[in-house]
Amino acid sequence: MDENLLEVKNLKKFFKTKRGTVHAVDDISFSIKKGKTLGLVGESGCGKTTTGRAILRLTEPTGGQILFNGRDICRLSKGGLKKARRDMQLIFQDPYSSLDPRKTVSQIIAEPIIANHLSRGKDKIDERVNSLMSTVGLAPRLFNTYPHELDGGRRQRVGIARALAMEPQFIVCDEPVSALDVSIQAQILNLLKTLQAEMGLTFIFITHDLSVVNHFSDEIAVMYLGKIVEMAPSEELFANPRHPYTQALLSAIPVPDLSAKRERIIIKGEITSPIDPPDECRFYKRCNYACEACRKTPELEEVCPGHLVACNRWEELENTDTVVQDQEEEAK
Amino acid sequence: MENNRILDIENLVVRFETDDGIVRAVNGLSLQLEKGHSIGLVGETGAGKTTTALSILRLVPDPPGVVECEKLSLDGRDIISMPIKELEQIRGKDVSMIFQDPMTALNPVFTVGEQIAESIFLHEDVSRAEATRRAIDMLELVGIPGERANEYPHQFSGGMKQRVVIAIALACHPKLLIADEPTTALDVTIQAQMLDLIRSLREKYSTSLIMITHDLGIVAEICDEVAVMYAGSIIEKGTLEDVFNRTKHPYTEGLFNSIPNLNDRKAMLTPIQGFTPDPTDLPSGCAFWPRCPYACEVCKKEQKDIRISDTHYVRCSRYEEKDFRINRKEIS
Repeated sequence: MDENLLEVKNLKKFFKTKRGTVHAVDDISFSIKKGKTLGLVGESGCGKTTTGRAILRLTEPTGGQILFNGRDICRLSKGGLKKARRDMQLIFQDPYSSLDPRKTVSQIIAEPIIANHLSRGKDKIDERVNSLMSTVGLAPRLFNTYPHELDGGRRQRVGIARALAMEPQFIVCDEPVSALDVSIQAQILNLLKTLQAEMGLTFIFITHDLSVVNHFSDEIAVMYLGKIVEMAPSEELFANPRHPYTQALLSAIPVPDLSAKRERIIIKGEITSPIDPPDECRFYKRCNYACEACRKTPELEEVCPGHLVACNRWEELENTDTVVQDQEEEAK
Repeated sequence: MENNRILDIENLVVRFETDDGIVRAVNGLSLQLEKGHSIGLVGETGAGKTTTALSILRLVPDPPGVVECEKLSLDGRDIISMPIKELEQIRGKDVSMIFQDPMTALNPVFTVGEQIAESIFLHEDVSRAEATRRAIDMLELVGIPGERANEYPHQFSGGMKQRVVIAIALACHPKLLIADEPTTALDVTIQAQMLDLIRSLREKYSTSLIMITHDLGIVAEICDEVAVMYAGSIIEKGTLEDVFNRTKHPYTEGLFNSIPNLNDRKAMLTPIQGFTPDPTDLPSGCAFWPRCPYACEVCKKEQKDIRISDTHYVRCSRYEEKDFRINRKEIS
């Protein structure tokens, strides 16, 4: 069981625009074991959604390999891809635009069942839709309602039911709980966990919410401007974040605990342009520790087993305090 | 004490009379806020947070909205009977609002400079040139270079747009700022910047703040007091320490249990069972009883406000019993 269900090698996705080439996903590699969850974390524009879509070939990758059960998804024919996609589903970010407003809840959930001939006959299909609705906690009375009548939480449940309809092995969850209230969010997270345990599902969990990803993932990859800057098992990442960006990200989470007044690292500015990025660390312009050494793109290095970080200065920064002191002295 | 209150709401009731029935959005809400203080209004979707905020400025659409209350005064002035002309003087001047979605809160066909200048020009006796000059000052105050005043909203990123919205809200130095989920649409590092900005501007102008949010972490960072809302009423209110460390209401407990714990990632989440009630058909007695693990017969009939201390009260009849305790431990 310890085999990789999905292996991504040197995945790239560039978009050509008038102003230059957008490096949305720039040479990333990772793998996920069967039944495990990889959390893909980062802020808007870091390429996490594009990564998720490229894996399903919903957007054609510019380069790289995507091995699903050992087969390269990028080389599949149209028919082969349609088959492969039965095993790979997507739960969308925005429950407001991912559901057809002119279809009822039952029609939306039934659509993939009908399109792939999974059940035949109206009774069979209705039965399947009903069981899916109860799996995701949608009341039977919502069977004939339209998406606009539902709140965000229920809409997202429709999206999950639709993804489960195919009985997939692998689901890309793209911010599945960002639009939900905390109590509902907890229900959905528990639901996804239970489904994972029962059906042996493998997840890529894309989110910007670090406390959620920590709870949910076995391993976490932090992305910044198309690159993976740090990747480690969840506990390790939260205990020993090495990359300055990860550190800032972790410190920025508001914690609902009064005793946990932590030192907040505020990073300056906003995410820089992904158009033709120069050969330097992508975080260079915002990093509090940037120096000359950072003016070349860092490679992912293993700092300890399973923990990878892409920072030219990680060894120096081991002893962060001294570096901060150095900088303060310099500033004087 | 009375004069020291920026806001005094007594028994606010808001309902929407629609064809499908009467939506009871706010049910008997009382709220007092001292000058210079900040209160967090926490609750899930449909709890009535935004409707409460809109009623303060009498912005609830009528019809179908019907607003009734015993008292609604802002800085000692009665809002209920105020003529619209006078009210327009107050909106955007004494009280201003930051909306959730910076993408839609700005007008796409005016430059951001014009949009900030508009509220200054309308409310203060200044020339257009002066208003524009002050608009540029405001932009710089929120960390945007003044020369960008002539750009249009689409030229700004999400975080920058929210800065513009904050600049508009603070342009006339309001006495009360209502922030409706101001950081929900933003990334965590940008959210950290925004909260910092709101905090420092609030100190500078000693503005009172109502922070509407679903994130208890944000409340812990920025507010002095918390009011937890459920189904249109405040079910628990107190200082941060009261509500976070000496939690009393079962719903508040449920909210805390639903949040993934950063320090204990293995813990299974304990979501609140069920869904928020349908506001057209609220349960009798305490609206939370169908979901409450502590509910008993009394709860189906009535709900009582129980005072725990000078600052802390809870709306839960079970506290009439001497030995009643919820499971969440008190933190001293």
